[in-house]
Amino acid sequence: MELLRLATAGSVDDGKSTLIGRLLYDSKSIFEDQLEAVERTSRDQGAEYTNLALLTDGLRAEREQGITIDVAYRYFATPKRKFIIADTPGHIQYTRNMVTGASTANLTMILVDARNGVIEQSRRHTFLSSLLRVPHVVMLVNKMDLVDYSEEAYQKIADDFRAFAAKLDIPDLTIIPVSALKGDNVVSRSENMPWYEGSSLLHHLENIHIGSDLNLIDVRFPVQYVVRPQSDAYHDYRGYAGTVAGGTIKVGDEIMVQPSGLTSRVVGIDLYGQELQEAHPPMSVSIRLADELDISRGDMLCRPHNHPRATQDLDAMIVWMQQGTRIQEGNRYIIKHTTRTAKTIVKDLQYRLDINDLHRDEKTTSLGLNEIGRVTLRITQPLFVDEYRRNRQTGSFILIDEVTGATVAAGMVVDTDI
Amino acid sequence: MSSIDYQLSQLDLLEAESIHIMREVAAEFERPGLLFSGGKDSIVMLRLAEKAFWPAKIPFPLMHVDTGHNFDEVIEYRDRRAAELGARLIVASVEDAIAEGLVQDPTGPRASRNSIQTVPLLKGILDNKFDAVFGGARRDEEKARAKERVFSFRDEFGQWDPKAQRPELWSLYNGRHRPGEHIRIFPLSNWTELDIWQFVKREELELPSIYFAHKRPVFWRDNMLMAVTEVTPADEGAEVFEQMVRYRTVGDMTCTAAVESEADTLDKIIEDVAASRITERGATRADDRASEAAMEDRKREGYF
Repeated sequence: MELLRLATAGSVDDGKSTLIGRLLYDSKSIFEDQLEAVERTSRDQGAEYTNLALLTDGLRAEREQGITIDVAYRYFATPKRKFIIADTPGHIQYTRNMVTGASTANLTMILVDARNGVIEQSRRHTFLSSLLRVPHVVMLVNKMDLVDYSEEAYQKIADDFRAFAAKLDIPDLTIIPVSALKGDNVVSRSENMPWYEGSSLLHHLENIHIGSDLNLIDVRFPVQYVVRPQSDAYHDYRGYAGTVAGGTIKVGDEIMVQPSGLTSRVVGIDLYGQELQEAHPPMSVSIRLADELDISRGDMLCRPHNHPRATQDLDAMIVWMQQGTRIQEGNRYIIKHTTRTAKTIVKDLQYRLDINDLHRDEKTTSLGLNEIGRVTLRITQPLFVDEYRRNRQTGSFILIDEVTGATVAAGMVVDTDI
Repeated sequence: MSSIDYQLSQLDLLEAESIHIMREVAAEFERPGLLFSGGKDSIVMLRLAEKAFWPAKIPFPLMHVDTGHNFDEVIEYRDRRAAELGARLIVASVEDAIAEGLVQDPTGPRASRNSIQTVPLLKGILDNKFDAVFGGARRDEEKARAKERVFSFRDEFGQWDPKAQRPELWSLYNGRHRPGEHIRIFPLSNWTELDIWQFVKREELELPSIYFAHKRPVFWRDNMLMAVTEVTPADEGAEVFEQMVRYRTVGDMTCTAAVESEADTLDKIIEDVAASRITERGATRADDRASEAAMEDRKREGYF
């Protein structure tokens, strides 16, 4: 069975939690005890219908305030696929959660209220989805029942949205009119909207092609851990353990090691005693080489004529994720990129990007929570990077506060060919 | 090039992710430990650890928080499995904690040591100077767990603060902490109960016998089937009867219930689980019934 990771985003009242509740409920992934608890709480709160949002909002504060605070992960499966939903809140102050959810997603679902159309929040979510290079986007025009299932209302929103999305880099966009509350077009095609000829949301999720989302061309293997058993049976065993970040690695392939630049040949790909002939993303394996080279965590295995750029200077888009602090020129952080950790200093804050109108504010001197901008970083040691648009693993990094240890920013490498 | 050939199955993907997490911890932490209870989730976690470091041994010790009210079959399994792997097994004992006066043994008709496990757990972490502790919790189990990170930061009191969690992006895990603080690691975060059973089958993992249908004397308590044992005598007035049951979760006997089942093989259990309309914790865990936020409250105190 295949696995699809999706992230959801919507404004506070777009009915996102209701939609997820509906998907789980109609695909029979909600359990009776969960439903009973939700029905009980709904009654206690005086609701007229079962509030499916309560299925996903589990923390005390969420129930008390009727909001979603954090990324919640939900699981459901159909006979065709298993799904992991990263359910992210839509409030403006929680943009960082959307970025978090989108970073691992194959697909983003963006909800808009059919009565309100595309609002600032929807544009923000769509932009973030494109910034994070989520390969597939599904835009759901929700609450169609409240606009009498009007094709005209839907069409206007769809046109607006396509016009906005055209300015962004979205490889695959689908728009579906739904009513999460009533179930129209969620699991099965709605009889209330005969004018809509596309598939239902679930049918779309089950059938969308995700096989080409991975980079299978550029071999990238960040060494994570060196396996050296030091036992009699495996006296000379030395395996370079890690997760394939790009390309297909085959036994017999010539590889190059960064930073040393030395080359060798793959003689074995191991997974718990199984000898594999090849490995591809995102498999976790151990690689044995023909020669004894000095290789350690943080090194990168690649191909002699296709390797990431080794650099101490990075240009990147960053999303600032911490409340109460700001990033500005001269600040120092820990940078974690693949399996390498180093220190970095902010050389230049080039601009802040207004994600509502995509305007570049070059006069900005710092970025605060949920602000996005382009920076130049100087790093204490070389990192082996690709452009984020080329590889989401070797093109991404996080910044960590040296003192508190908090994760303060998400970064995506741009324009590596300066 | 056909892309279909490069699409991993869900089990392979989950396995790869868990192995990645475990290697990351082994590489970045000084003293990790793995919580091993002999339950199915920790059995799966142990196999993933074997896979992550093969052909080397698992590079960290195992720790079990033993309430003293565990099923004999499970304790026997725990000891045997640890011995097979040549792993060091640390037992953090609730009975010792009670004897040392660190915590009081709850009394009363439905007393359970479930919530006081946190005391020996935190003491075990402190005594062994663990800076990372692997747990087998899954996000599909419970709604507070659904919001917890894979690398879950705990302060010097072992507490989880759901509102102050670090964002977790891509597969970049942040394990920074100060002395005295530690990180709980949940490599099975994205696994579901069904994934666990399918993996058990694929890997031909042995499980304690109580997971399979067997006949035992039971009684009904709050719509749950409790086994009649030394520590859980039948409630007054409750009818005791023989029933074919199996356990979906294996925890402390005082708060773990059985389910009616004829499933005595893995295939039958997988069918059972796929068709089940009740969550495993809802069906079998008295500890989660205390309130809507029972798990969140315990986690805030330092629980698993």
